[in-house]
This record gives sequence, C-alpha cells and structure tokens, in this order.
Amino acid sequence: MTKVTFIQTDGTQQSTQVPAGMSVMLAAVSNEVPGIVAECGGSAMCATCHVYVDPAFIDKLEPVSEAELEMLESAASARQANSRLSCQIIMDGSLDELVVHIPSNQV
Amino acid sequence: MSSAVKNECINVPVSDFDPYAEDVLLNPYPYYEQLRELGPVVYLERYGAYAVARHDEVRSVLFDPATYCSSAGVGLANFLTEKPWRAPSIILEADPPEHARTRKVVARVLSPASIARLRPVFEQQAEILVDSIIQKGEIDAASDFCEAYPIKVFADAVGLPSEGRHNLLPYGDMVFNGFGPINERFKSRLAKAQEAVSWINNICRRENLTPDGLGADLYAAADAGEITHEEAGMLVRTLLSAGLDTTAFTLCNTIVAFANNPDQFEILKADPSLARHAIEEVVRHDPTFHSFYRTTTRPVQLAGVDLDKHQKIVVFIGSANRDPRKWDNPDKFDLNRKTMGHMGFGAGIHGCAGQMMARLEGEILLGAFARKVKTVELTGELVRHFNNTVRGLKSIPARVTGH
Repeated sequence: MTKVTFIQTDGTQQSTQVPAGMSVMLAAVSNEVPGIVAECGGSAMCATCHVYVDPAFIDKLEPVSEAELEMLESAASARQANSRLSCQIIMDGSLDELVVHIPSNQV
Repeated sequence: MSSAVKNECINVPVSDFDPYAEDVLLNPYPYYEQLRELGPVVYLERYGAYAVARHDEVRSVLFDPATYCSSAGVGLANFLTEKPWRAPSIILEADPPEHARTRKVVARVLSPASIARLRPVFEQQAEILVDSIIQKGEIDAASDFCEAYPIKVFADAVGLPSEGRHNLLPYGDMVFNGFGPINERFKSRLAKAQEAVSWINNICRRENLTPDGLGADLYAAADAGEITHEEAGMLVRTLLSAGLDTTAFTLCNTIVAFANNPDQFEILKADPSLARHAIEEVVRHDPTFHSFYRTTTRPVQLAGVDLDKHQKIVVFIGSANRDPRKWDNPDKFDLNRKTMGHMGFGAGIHGCAGQMMARLEGEILLGAFARKVKTVELTGELVRHFNNTVRGLKSIPARVTGH
C-alpha cells in the first residue's frame, strides 16, 4: 500500500492508502475526494480528473502521453507544468507519500 | 446455453452460448448472468473464442492493450490468420505506439473544450425537437426523436450537407455488425449498405464538408502534418460510423428506460439537471455497445486460466455493467446509483473517443425532454433493431404529453 494525499484549494487535506496498480483517480473517487469528477472513468477523454502534482514527484511519474496532453489542454482549470490527469497516474512503491493538489474547477 | 463442461486440457468452462442469436439479442441479460456464473473466463465453442463477462476481467482486458491487442481485429476475425473484411481502422484497430498518432487528433477534435462551442445550437435544436413531439402527441420515438436529433445536430457539427443523411444509420449499422462474426446478419447489412458506403466515402472528402465543422478540424490536423490527408478522410468516416447509430440507440434506450420506470421519470422531472447523470445510468443499465473482441499477443494467465497467444477473446461490456460482484441490484434502473466504473463507453486507451459528445447530446436532449414533457407512455410493441454488437430499437410507439 502507498499513501496519497489530496489537497483542496482551501487547504483541506485528505490522505488514503492505495494498493499498487490503482490509479490516483480511482483512489480519489473511492474515497469520495471532492473535485475529482472523472466522468469518463479513466480513458483520458474528459479532463475532469485533473490534478497538480507536487513538484517533488513530477519526475517520478510516467511521461505524459500525447492523448493526455490533448486532454490537459481541455481542462477547466489552467494547465501548468505539473498538471496531470489523475487517471493516468498508476500508484506503485516509488510514489509513496505522493501529494496532489485539486484544481478549483473540473467542468 | 449448455451447462459448464470442464475441459481438462485448457481448464476453462466450455459453452455453446451464441451471443448473436435473435433471442439473445432481444434480452441478453439472463444469458449474461449464466455466462458470468460459468466462470471468469469461458470458451465459446461455436466461435472458437474465449469470453469474459464479469466486471473485473473485462476491466483487466481493456486496461492491458499490450497483452490484449486491437490490431488483430475488434470483430471475431483474427487478422493474423484471416483477411479483414475491410481495411482495418487506423484508430480502433491500431495498437500503441501507432495508435497515439491518430487518437490524439481525434481526442482533440472531440475534447470537451472543442465541443463546448456546440452547446447553444444543440440546445436550440433540442427545444425545437421536443416541442415537435409534444405537438404530435402520438409518435414513433425511435425515428421522430432518437434518430432525428443526432442526424440533425451531430451531422451538422461534423459539417455534412443536409441531403443524403438517410445513409448514415445503415452505414453505422453495417460497421457495428462487423464487430461480431461475419454471419448472415452482417452479410445482408453489408450488401444493403453499398449505396451508403459510396455516399459516405464521397462525403468525407474535404470539399464536401463545411469549413468550420469537426471534419474540417481533422483536415486541419492533416495540414499541420500530424496525419495524412487520406487519414483525415478516414477519421471523418470514423466519426460518421461511430457517432450516429450509437447516439440514436442510446436515446432509444433512454426513452424506454423512463417509460418503463415512471418513478425515475418523476425524479428526473423534479430535477432536470440530473439529465447528464441519467444518461450515465442508461449507459450502465442498458448500454448501446455490448461486445467486441481483443486478441492475445502472448501466453497469459487471466483469472487463473492459461490463454495461448493469438487467441480471440470477446469482451461483454453489457454484462460487466450488470455484474452483481460490482453493482448492488444491477438490474434496477436507478438514478440514485453511483455509475462510476461502468464500461458502456468501453474503457482504457480505446474507450469511446466521442463519449463527451454523446454526453453533451444526451444531457441536452434529455434535459429539454424532462422540462417539457409531462408523461411518456409506450403505446405498442417495441421493435428491436438486431445488430451483432449494438443494442437499440427500430420502433418505439409512444404517446407524450406536455405541461
């Protein structure tokens, strides 16, 4: 199990233990983390599970795919260098203590 | 369906289930239950293919495109050993890394940001259409409502001329039959669709499309060098084959769901903003797409069953959406349900690229319907549309009243 912390724009924090192989999006939805809509369920088609990844972890993630990049352009909150779709972040041991920030808007 | 026979050699239940038989297509859900209970992986002896019908195994297959590929065909035919019935789709029947090149272009054209510009005109057309069916009162909801809307708004959005649109549904019907076996149903639709095929091939040419539609956007990607101009035409064709029948049938399944569940229609009328979620529950409960195939690229163990490489495996998303291992009371159409995890739009890298468009059309049309329609009741026998892989209706005799 690896730990993920979600931080809302108002500073509220929520942490959860996630089994390896589960996406950060699914972890958020399973734990009813506000602000992760994830309408498409993980196909990188809706841009409603957008997160800002803590810079300390950004280089540990798999690179952004071209399809994910297209969707990030569609995100309701502005894309930044640390923007990712949380459905495309699959947890493993190297990401323990991952911190992601929830944007103000998803739709 | 025969009872399970244990085949000791390959350690998997064998079934004579025929997913394409008419009595199955009329109501597949009791058959799916039997299939799920036979085991996590079943061998369909009629077709020489493995099958998965439980939620977890369907999900495992769809999220592992390296092991369960699409390039050997998403119908029963195995392109490694059989000739495809047409040139394989450059997006649907492509694997990574090639898949990303076409997918990213289509994803951009159908992204929420791109299609947001369509909302005002979609809303306007929805108002007009709902008013017209209320005025008629006695309608065939399939043709008057569910088909009429995407044929108007989606075809306008792509940039098609208004003439010849009657070819769109037969074309999609042919394509979706091809996601199953090359059976008599498929052959007869293929033969009937020849006029539609030539119309579609012609209409996908740049000069026949409006300069501001989604089709033009695909050609702009070709101008930018991301794809070839020939590929842009093929992707316009993909939009047209994938975007009409599917939406029309989803709307058919929506009308039937609410006509059969008046309590749920009352909930929706009380809060029409539930329309978008309601479409999601329709696509969970009675999805349009029911099954398609993958092919193993290597020997793999799935739920304890050893599969050799180059094996066809049929994925029953319509069954996964009713699996009680995943859903409480799965056969109930329930607007209070959390629908997250349904696979009615597929899942993974090949998940429906037009799903946000489908949601937009569905939300807007059902929202207008919920605000303006007081009652909807079925007045005659539903006429099922038989297709190897998509589920919808040919005729929905109904009576609607307005407020």
